[in-house]
Amino acid sequence: MKEEHRQDGPKKYGMVIDLDKCTGCGSCMVACMSENNAPFREDESDKLLSVAWLRLYKLTNGKPYPDTDVCYLPRPCMHCEGHNGHSPCVSVCPATATDYDSATGIVSQIYTRCFGCRYCMAACPYHARVFNWWDPVWPDGMEKYLNPDVSVRMRGIVEKCSFCYHRLQRAKDKAYAEGRREIREDEYQTACTQACPAGAITFGDLNNPKHAVYKLRKSPRAFRLLERLGTNPKVYYLSSREWVRRAGDNYLADEATGAGKHMAEHKG
Amino acid sequence: MIDSALIPKGVKRCPTWQFALAVALASGVLLWGVYAMLLCWIKGLNQTNMNNAYGFALWIWADLAVIALGGGAFFTGLLRYVFGKDELKHLINYAVLIGFICYSSAQLILAIDVGQPLRAWFIFWHANVHSMLTEVAFCLSAYFGVLCIEYLPLILENRQIDKVPFWHNLSHNLHHIMAVFAATGAFLSFFHQGSLGGVSGVLFGRPFSFREGVLVWPWTFFLFTWSAAACGPCFTIAITKMTEAIAGKKLVKDNVIQLLAKIAGWMLATYIVAKIIDTIYWATVTAPSKGMNLMDFYSNNAFYGIWILVLEIGICGILPAAILITPAGRKNPKLLTTAAVLGAVGVCVNRWVMVLQTLAVPVLPFESWTLYLPSWQEVATTILPVAYGVILVLISYRYLPVFPQEPELNPIEQ
Amino acid sequence: MFPFNFEWVWDLGHMVFMGGLWYALTIIGLGVTYCVVKAVKETSEGAQDSHH
Repeated sequence: MKEEHRQDGPKKYGMVIDLDKCTGCGSCMVACMSENNAPFREDESDKLLSVAWLRLYKLTNGKPYPDTDVCYLPRPCMHCEGHNGHSPCVSVCPATATDYDSATGIVSQIYTRCFGCRYCMAACPYHARVFNWWDPVWPDGMEKYLNPDVSVRMRGIVEKCSFCYHRLQRAKDKAYAEGRREIREDEYQTACTQACPAGAITFGDLNNPKHAVYKLRKSPRAFRLLERLGTNPKVYYLSSREWVRRAGDNYLADEATGAGKHMAEHKG
Repeated sequence: MIDSALIPKGVKRCPTWQFALAVALASGVLLWGVYAMLLCWIKGLNQTNMNNAYGFALWIWADLAVIALGGGAFFTGLLRYVFGKDELKHLINYAVLIGFICYSSAQLILAIDVGQPLRAWFIFWHANVHSMLTEVAFCLSAYFGVLCIEYLPLILENRQIDKVPFWHNLSHNLHHIMAVFAATGAFLSFFHQGSLGGVSGVLFGRPFSFREGVLVWPWTFFLFTWSAAACGPCFTIAITKMTEAIAGKKLVKDNVIQLLAKIAGWMLATYIVAKIIDTIYWATVTAPSKGMNLMDFYSNNAFYGIWILVLEIGICGILPAAILITPAGRKNPKLLTTAAVLGAVGVCVNRWVMVLQTLAVPVLPFESWTLYLPSWQEVATTILPVAYGVILVLISYRYLPVFPQEPELNPIEQ
Repeated sequence: MFPFNFEWVWDLGHMVFMGGLWYALTIIGLGVTYCVVKAVKETSEGAQDSHH
């Protein structure tokens, strides 16, 4: 009974992205867009108008040749936990269209509830939330190739990475049909995780010691973006390069890298 | 004149053709705005220059600004009906009219701003009581109702409408219990003005606007209410002076304006002291705790320099406050008008930075500043309410006894 | 907004927020009703007086 209770306890799905492995190929972005039926237009040159749940950033250490170093950083939604589920975007939504699920740790977005005030976009420091400035228009015939598990979104609403929540639902359905209460680690993986040819992305339950992410996030190479703000994100990054770890947060000139991490851990 | 039966007794109005021409000109601008509004509604928000970094832009600024400027209505009402500053009864009508225009404009702009206007009612129906925007929506709508109630008796005082006994009695009764509505309006205004401050103050992901506070309210909550009570009356005075200049006659006695100017001056002076303390604490404690320096917010971009802080706090804060709290300053007509205009500009600058600069400042260290210029559709829809306001003022001034002291100040020669 | 909306929870947040809102709306509603009813009454009384 005790064992059963432990297994049924709250999950905290999260991601660990190894930036030392990431080559910046963009497969994760492509996989994300096709998995989640993200609309696109003929001219996608203005990235601030794109519906991209996962965006790839190119970081440089700012040093001249030959000391130049580059790092690619994929940025999905951080599914911030904040303090007790008080993520920056969830509490501000006036129409309860976004929610922090304490059973999975996933920040959801209810497309049919959102009326497009964009307050959540203003609240998110990661720019993880995007707005549908246009109605989705698919090239002829492409609508037949849309993912039937993910609803397409209409103009005028906000959307964001869902950690492929539909895959969790599918995995749970399968487990239920097979008489299992628990899903295995490999049964629920996000599209970006599976698409990464370098194996840089690891996904799983941060609360479960059997899952790879549980150990990875405790690595001395691990850091999170903007920890000092108190957003408490569930996406961890790994890098052996100090300048990359320092680029993950804001520091005063006299502060050491990781000042925020220690503060966040101390508070937690 | 063709409409002389509608014009209040004891006052002189311009010829009908002049009035019609002015309304027609304003209507031209209004139609331009309506065209832009329809474009936004039919084609969507791709008509704007907003983007995923600028979810809030010109419209949200306009909303925050007009609501602060319209704060003259609740504060003058509070002073007149609750604190018994009786002289202000000669200015309250105009303060209410300006407030009515400001608040109706804010609602119209919000209706254009949301991505799915047909779902706008979700904010009430599916209300999230923890969101500052929910509080804004509720209190703003309820207070707009109060403003309608406050404006209604003035409409009913039109010469022809007043002849109908029911309207006459209703107007009388509304006047009789106006203190109840004014007090309720002040209660609602306190919360929605504050919540508008809370909108940016609670954003703990945005170190430029995030502030600590008390209970669920960040300090910006109180600063916004306070600044609206200080600068709203400044705007009322500025618009009254502008109306007098256009009408070419005095409409309100000096002692009335002086009283409001003095109160607004002290409100502004105390506000600006609080704002300075808030800014110092934010710059030395709050922002550094997030790893950011004051100058991080004011450098490395083409627009937002430290000048905007100097403009907001110094030129449009300390200066007008100093003019308005000194008798010699506020008794000088030019200085008085300058101070009133500066006060109104100051609150607009404050709302601008709290909305636009908040989003412009990069938070992720590997991102850079994002600047934005509104599209013509955004500009036109923001000017639309101004044109609508001008038309409403023109009509109200012509047909309603907006300024009770006008006949006395401008006796008509028989 | 209403207790029958499915997001409604009887917690402190809802009670304080919605309590304040409904309190203000009630005052406004009662105030307007009072004025209208009184005006109707006065008007009908006035009409009767002038009739006599």
